[in-house]
Amino acid sequence: MAVTKADGPRAARTVITGGRHIADTLFGGITGGAAAVVLLIIIGLFYQLIYRSWSSIVDNGLGFIFGTVWNPSQGMYGAGVFIVGTAITSVSALILATIVAVLVALYLVEIAPSWLARPIGYMVELLAAIPSVVYGLWGIYVLGPFLVNVVGPVITNTLGLVIPFFSGTPRVTGLLPAIVVLTIMIVPTIMAISRDVIGAVPGSQREGILALGATRWEMIQIAVIPYARSGVIGGAILGLARAVGETLAVTLVIGNRAAIADSIFAPTYTMASVIANQFQEADGPTHRAALLEVALVLLVMTFLINVVARLLVWRVTNGQRAVVVE
Amino acid sequence: MMLTNAASQARFQRRKFVDRGMTAVMALAALLAVIPLVLIVFHLLVNGLGSLTPALLIEDPNSPGRAGGGVRNAITGSVVMVGLALAIGAPVAIGCGVFLAEYGQNRLGTVLRFLVDVLAGMPSITIGLFMYALIVLPNKQFMAIAGALALAIILLPIVARITEEMLLLVPRSLREAAYALGAPRWKTVLTIVLPTALPGIVTGLMLALSRIAGEAAPLLFTSLGNQFTSTDLLRPIDALPSRIYSYASGPFDYWHEQAWAMSLLLVLFILLVSLAVRAIAGSKVTVRQ
Repeated sequence: MAVTKADGPRAARTVITGGRHIADTLFGGITGGAAAVVLLIIIGLFYQLIYRSWSSIVDNGLGFIFGTVWNPSQGMYGAGVFIVGTAITSVSALILATIVAVLVALYLVEIAPSWLARPIGYMVELLAAIPSVVYGLWGIYVLGPFLVNVVGPVITNTLGLVIPFFSGTPRVTGLLPAIVVLTIMIVPTIMAISRDVIGAVPGSQREGILALGATRWEMIQIAVIPYARSGVIGGAILGLARAVGETLAVTLVIGNRAAIADSIFAPTYTMASVIANQFQEADGPTHRAALLEVALVLLVMTFLINVVARLLVWRVTNGQRAVVVE
Repeated sequence: MMLTNAASQARFQRRKFVDRGMTAVMALAALLAVIPLVLIVFHLLVNGLGSLTPALLIEDPNSPGRAGGGVRNAITGSVVMVGLALAIGAPVAIGCGVFLAEYGQNRLGTVLRFLVDVLAGMPSITIGLFMYALIVLPNKQFMAIAGALALAIILLPIVARITEEMLLLVPRSLREAAYALGAPRWKTVLTIVLPTALPGIVTGLMLALSRIAGEAAPLLFTSLGNQFTSTDLLRPIDALPSRIYSYASGPFDYWHEQAWAMSLLLVLFILLVSLAVRAIAGSKVTVRQ
């Protein structure tokens, strides 16, 4: 029983691990195997998409990424249209959603009393739980007509007079409804992370600035935002990844036309929506391989975006673990 | 002296004005963020309640264009695939979470945790295509099991991370007590740590359940859908979200009405699960520890 000071640490360690058992090795092996499944899935995902789209990768080369004519019946596969469509919709949604989400997060952490902050935060989080197709359905039959009748005329009569991109005839399906739906869908992701990061700013930092006579907004500007900035950016990039991969809501409201949008009301495609819309009726293996290559480009893009975002969020919440359920 | 006083007074007024203005802007943003949820629930009730009839639940669809009929096949298919996805995905996910919590406090664990997070961010449609390429294409057959596997992959990272969190929340003293009694590690984890963390893991499973129940994109090219009630795992099977998708974009009015009713059903289910999770775990599961 007597544990001397000299062999203290070693003795303690033996006690903690409870000695060595074959069953322990087995247990570690089984759980390790379960963990390895994650790695296998990621490798398999990339491998299968590369393998099944290889003919398209070889045939179309770099023209696949930079080409902007997509006409399967004539064998022309330029996925540039979809890459542009994805970029426009998701970056616009990112900008709009980040502005709203950060303001909401600041309101919830810095201003709202907790009896108000909790239900509001919970309601915004619930937005993330609504399925993509339901957003699509709502987008076509409620949001689309509202944008045509109310928002569309406002845009064409103000911005539209100056910038050609904002003129044209408002339509129920097109770029604008897709951007609005995506914005609503990624606000909860960005809000949840921003709220956590802003909540992690030390209270003493706020008190110091307030004691110097700052107003609450000045305190937010000086003490909170600089501290939370990179975490908020990480959250925003996670929102971007979600917007880039979002499929059915966008497919239902974007209008589905293989042309780069020349107006904010024009119908177009994103990478995810062209796959959802054309894959089942693909004209033969060439078209299918091309769509699988679109999926591969999408996968690589979201992978890179995710890696950057996770690294940023991890750096800020260093040492803390986060469960973010999207 | 008077003048500087007046000037600083004016400056103070301006700063107070900006402060009030920004407070109003933030409150307005909060209001704006809540409006879509209220509107969506409102429209689901208004447009969906009328078509949410018993016939919708117990009849198969009519041939396209003939109004009436139900979506029993879609409800059955969703239950089958989501159940199967839970049965396949949960053990792997919990095993993965146990590994991360028990053996993951090192570089290997960091890398694995990172991969789990990255998997959580993969677009669900690419996961559907993965299963299409792996199962449907070689067998030349759309099947329920392919859809269920795609859903299981979506569930895996969510449940794995929550399991890890919940295991790490188990008080160290419980573990030490087990070790002190001579219990080996595997026995300690299986009989002490896991049961203690069980409520948290169950809430994680419920969250994942509500997520995969609403996924349609991974099912389009795997389970495809059909027109009659089926439980054959090696044949195409229907699902609620994918039927909502096809009805929403279809030409018939009664399809649109049924799409609203199905959406109402799905969202009610998801909201109930979310509320139950909230009731069991408080804010523990969704909020940073």
